[in-house]
Amino acid sequence: MEVKVELGRRYRFAASHRLHTEKLSEEENARVFGKCANPYGHGHNYVLEILVSGDVDAATGMIANLADLDTFVEREVLDVFDHHSLNEDVAAFRDMVPTTENLCIEIFHRLKKFPEAKLERVRVEETSNNTFEYAGENGREQL
Amino acid sequence: MVLITRKIEFSASHLYHNPALSPEENRRVFGKCNNPHGHGHNYSLEVTVAGEPDPVTGMVLDLKELKGILEREVMQRMDHRFLNYEVAELKGKIPTCENIARVIWELLDPRIKQGRLHRVRLYESADLFADCYRDGASA
Repeated sequence: MEVKVELGRRYRFAASHRLHTEKLSEEENARVFGKCANPYGHGHNYVLEILVSGDVDAATGMIANLADLDTFVEREVLDVFDHHSLNEDVAAFRDMVPTTENLCIEIFHRLKKFPEAKLERVRVEETSNNTFEYAGENGREQL
Repeated sequence: MVLITRKIEFSASHLYHNPALSPEENRRVFGKCNNPHGHGHNYSLEVTVAGEPDPVTGMVLDLKELKGILEREVMQRMDHRFLNYEVAELKGKIPTCENIARVIWELLDPRIKQGRLHRVRLYESADLFADCYRDGASA
């Protein structure tokens, strides 16, 4: 029986966002998004948890070199999102509401290019009470 | 199917060093984890068992029994130990989170008779952990 091993890593970033779409009227935006539609936006301390899988290298005991993974996540996600406005500073959110659902998907697409291991799942805590997960288009049936 | 999880914590020391690599390569690959006298962590282990609740007891498995298995297989073997030198199952392996989690899976899987071992999650710190599953099973 083979055992599948995955490596999990958590990161933190702080960012602001505003939930608002031009496809809806101001009244509808206010009704759908509530105070998240307030015009100047607001922020969260996001926690990002990622899971990668792959063979455990016999020489290093690792699925992926942690320093390489951290550098990649810093470059692709943390440097781009941390202390930024998701709406204004991230191109993907010019035409897409930066809900944490969409944020998960955006982060998944950025991190799936990591060359040393397979990205299995992205989990984002917007607050300690709200958590979102994405495992790709063919993601796991049971997260 | 119902999943039941029990958590335990243990403290242990380790270092990362592969004698097949030069001192410079060890330093480059493992960084400060290669410091010769080792360092330690408070490990947190979550063990998840899957099964159907017994119609009489309402339990997937008796948690007291799982507690005993974890005490014998994990705590007595690893708690307050130097993983490289004192845990036979890790001899010749780099005691990374991935390798320790796999050793724990292999120790627990044959011991769990009620229900079926579903996941082993080992936290080395709040921000670093490894998960083990039966290959082919989803999380």
